[in-house]
Amino acid sequence: MPGASDPGFDTLALHAGAVPDPATGARAVPIHLTTSFVFESSEHAASLFNLERSGHVYSRISNPTNAVLEERLAALEGGVGAIATASGQAALHLAIATLAGAGSHIVASSALYGGSHNLLHYTLKRFGIETTFVKPRDIDGWRAAIRPNTRLLFGETLGNPGLDVLDIPTVSAIAHGAGVPLLVDSTFTTPWLMKPVEHGADLVFHSATKFLSGHGTVIGGALVDGGRFDWTASDHFPELTEPYAGFHGMVFAEESSDGAFLLRARREGLRDFGACMSPHTAWLILQGVETLPLRMARHIENTRKVVAFLAGHAMVAGVGYPELESHPDHALAQKLLPRGCGSVFSFDLKGSRKQGQVFIEALKIFSHLANVGDCRSLVIHPASTTHFRMDDAALAHAGITPGTIRLSIGLEDADDLIDDLKRALKAAEKAGA
Amino acid sequence: MKLTVNGREAYAYTGGKTFDPALPCAVFIHGALHDHTVWTLLARWCAHHGYSVLAVDLPGHMKSAGPALESVEAMADWVLALLDAAEVKQAALVGHSMGSLVALEAAGRAPERATRLVMVGTAFPMKVSPALLEMSKNDPLAAIDLVTTLSYSSIAQKPGYPGPGVWVRGGGKALGRLVLAKQDNPLLYHQDFVACDAYRGAIDAAGKVTAPATLILGRRDQMTPPKAAAEIGAALKAHVATVDAGHVLMAEAPDATLAALRAALV
Repeated sequence: MPGASDPGFDTLALHAGAVPDPATGARAVPIHLTTSFVFESSEHAASLFNLERSGHVYSRISNPTNAVLEERLAALEGGVGAIATASGQAALHLAIATLAGAGSHIVASSALYGGSHNLLHYTLKRFGIETTFVKPRDIDGWRAAIRPNTRLLFGETLGNPGLDVLDIPTVSAIAHGAGVPLLVDSTFTTPWLMKPVEHGADLVFHSATKFLSGHGTVIGGALVDGGRFDWTASDHFPELTEPYAGFHGMVFAEESSDGAFLLRARREGLRDFGACMSPHTAWLILQGVETLPLRMARHIENTRKVVAFLAGHAMVAGVGYPELESHPDHALAQKLLPRGCGSVFSFDLKGSRKQGQVFIEALKIFSHLANVGDCRSLVIHPASTTHFRMDDAALAHAGITPGTIRLSIGLEDADDLIDDLKRALKAAEKAGA
Repeated sequence: MKLTVNGREAYAYTGGKTFDPALPCAVFIHGALHDHTVWTLLARWCAHHGYSVLAVDLPGHMKSAGPALESVEAMADWVLALLDAAEVKQAALVGHSMGSLVALEAAGRAPERATRLVMVGTAFPMKVSPALLEMSKNDPLAAIDLVTTLSYSSIAQKPGYPGPGVWVRGGGKALGRLVLAKQDNPLLYHQDFVACDAYRGAIDAAGKVTAPATLILGRRDQMTPPKAAAEIGAALKAHVATVDAGHVLMAEAPDATLAALRAALV
């Protein structure tokens, strides 16, 4: 497909990384459910193991179906490559474990998905990796938290639960000034809404379980390398710039100037931690990626209608969506997220914790569950589920009120979603009477 | 490994093995705004199959100290000086794009030192359009994007370079940005293109080359189309191997390019 410009996003979503199968002519990407791949000869085997040739050896390390997904996501993100992982959490762990070890330090946004917070605050501490959390809007805080042993800055493109918009150009400049990369979780935005690499981020990961897959069927993750960070500019990353005894004494930054991180992550992290993706999962996520542009457009269209409805309803105290002028990151969102601010947001119901429960139980189309990014609309009431152990004061500290409701807007008819919400709001109102 | 060439530090990748000047040597020379990593797979293979390898970063590119050299002739002299620094008497000279002209010129200047000449993705004259010359000067990032797009013939390169899961076009763009930024020389791409555009000595050099020559060309190359290599191929009486790829054959079709290189080095 030669031309004077790269194909557009929608074309890449369908074609990047894939050609009709040369063995069978199959047009769709085949599912290569095989653990391993036959060597042509002993010499061929040795050269694959020694990175003298490119190819597949064992599906924990790489697989042709997974490779299509990896190349496609890298193409959509404007990166150099990707690694498909067992989950979004596995992708985050792979990124950190490739760059940090005991004695390392991370500076992270305090507005993170709970699972990411758990990993950083509790689990990694046990392995000697400490994290300082800063509020994502506290630019001086990011700068002040960096230590000599800091190896990574980390935030979400849209923070949890208030949709804080990460100022990627500014935070990445702070990271680069300190000689470290910026890692971002782009799950809520997907490359259709924003390509973090173009704004200065160095590494991007997704819970592909959400919008990339889009159908609430599989768990998966992906870690994308932007390829623009110069790992050799400091002595911060000996994992990439010094010989690695665990892989032929390889110096990854000598093997690839733009792909050193991915080489190490695959040759060490996937090999040793083993959190790889099943080819069947990769195939299902590819089905989702192929319609990502269409789905995201509809997610945003529906979300805007629902946000407008809720913002004008008497039972709603506030809606936390950055496209609203009332959101503290409204101006930044207009700059970084002109196509929309995703379809996951929270609003505050006027009333008690009990009224929140009534609201949830009155919904008929919205499914009450702990996930986001499905094609179906989803809802959760943090005060009675994920944060039920907290009293009201603790909820307030976490930015949650007894009436906070989180919605993930799906692809149904917007009028039906609004009718469903209208009915549930009325039920909640009655419960408070 | 690091060498001192003409009083300045130079870097050459040795293919993952300690350099041994007693072995047959293969020198790999990259193209405009590239570095040694465009040769990783081929260089590693050679280093583990009986060759000593020097995949260089040309002066002013990535790890070799600047300033960048402004002509193909100066780069050829530098390659010969690098052989001296590495205590190598003879070597197979393998170059890609601009580097292919450097290899040719070096083989012409010192025919007794070249055991083989391999020109990958080459053309003569290697004219660069005035529009691209201007773009590389005024907006090098746009030039990187344009040239990268033109350099690959598909949006699915298998099996991936240097391994599976790599978006090769993205790698091309990122590498250009890294090389451009490394030594804070925003004119590096322009200087390399000017060197390609200005080089006139290919036919004279070909007349002096005594080593067997091979051209490895990309069938779908838009930057240096195979027909643009016909004159220099005839002048060298070169064997011509054609690979189903665009301009950066080593990344787009690494196995086929390796097969052609192996045949050329025999």
